[in-house]
Amino acid sequence: MGDDALIHSYRLSEWCSNAPILEEDLALTNFSLDMIGRAQALLTYAGQIDGKGKTDDDLAYRRGERQFYNHLIVELPNGDFAHTIARLLFTSVFEYYFFAELLHSADITLAAIAAKTIKEVKYHMTHATDWALRLGDGTEESHYRMQKAVNSLWMFTGELFETDEATAVLEDKNIAVDMAVVKTKWKQEIERVMKESLLEVPEDEYMQTGSSNGIHTEHLGHILSEMQYLQRAYPEATW
Amino acid sequence: MVIRAHTKEEIFSILSVIPDPEIPVVSIEEMGMLRDVLITDKGYEVILTPTYTGCPAMGIIEQDIKMTLNANGVSPVTVKLIYDPAWTTDWMSDKAKEKLRSYGIAPPLHSSCNQDVFAHNIIKCPHCGSSNTVMLSRFGATACKSLYKCNDCKEPFEYFKCH
Repeated sequence: MGDDALIHSYRLSEWCSNAPILEEDLALTNFSLDMIGRAQALLTYAGQIDGKGKTDDDLAYRRGERQFYNHLIVELPNGDFAHTIARLLFTSVFEYYFFAELLHSADITLAAIAAKTIKEVKYHMTHATDWALRLGDGTEESHYRMQKAVNSLWMFTGELFETDEATAVLEDKNIAVDMAVVKTKWKQEIERVMKESLLEVPEDEYMQTGSSNGIHTEHLGHILSEMQYLQRAYPEATW
Repeated sequence: MVIRAHTKEEIFSILSVIPDPEIPVVSIEEMGMLRDVLITDKGYEVILTPTYTGCPAMGIIEQDIKMTLNANGVSPVTVKLIYDPAWTTDWMSDKAKEKLRSYGIAPPLHSSCNQDVFAHNIIKCPHCGSSNTVMLSRFGATACKSLYKCNDCKEPFEYFKCH
């Protein structure tokens, strides 16, 4: 989840000075900032649990792509505005229900981060939903672009709910959340928004997978090469 | 070893002068960010909670706390960030809200927190007090504010969102 926040934040920051209107520029970069904060909180905690003295910066700037576990959907290029909004809708609705469950985690640090995050995610979700309505139920062109974005991103949504042996162990200890619950709520809400936006929900066909094993699309490497440039070129650099 | 030369109250009163770097008319104490001060054998630990997780002012606030306390002879000082309980605009004092208003920022409404975040509340213009206002953008120059315009005095203003 920390990697999701970090990489999605990076993608949203690319809209800075490029959004269709000034208000949107502010909104997307506000979200980006929220996500950087969330990434800091989660990666700092990951470093503490790992117990090898790694900081959030070490984890962000000194890992290769095979050691990143963000979902593939967040590393995809922004595409057009509809594509960015469709992704934000899918991920923010997911995060809303995920963090709502994580509030009850037996791990008090994760529960506290969830309490903080959910307030911010609510804003992201409301914003993405509003735009989905405006674009889906907008002009012929905006509807076409929104539907196209939904269709192309759909195969990346299955991965959000994947579980493995590690999450099963954590779920047994009431640390991780029950993904089946999150999935049911996510699907219900996405179907509601799609219907209201006059958009069609794609069929569940082939779903992309791989990120839980560090297998990524070609896009993540390009993000890291830019994001980690300074730390790679000058390994001892400090502020 | 620390000689307990400073009480918790003294430290709070020293820290109460530190302004919020982004809204300098209010202090970090009035904003509700200053949660506690722990005095232990190892020194003084200031417990701070961020308004927003990505608030870029946190680093500056941490520095300000250390500098201010050191200048007052309080050391060693550590600052700890906590997320629980999560900060809410409900912790802002009424005095702070009035200061925000006279600074030109409409203060957050208490009751709408945790409800629909964009419920159609009436936000009063901090300049002329008119209720005839319109939202221009939900997001402003900082994560905590929205942009509004007053239809009566025609002035734009910021609204501190409920959180």
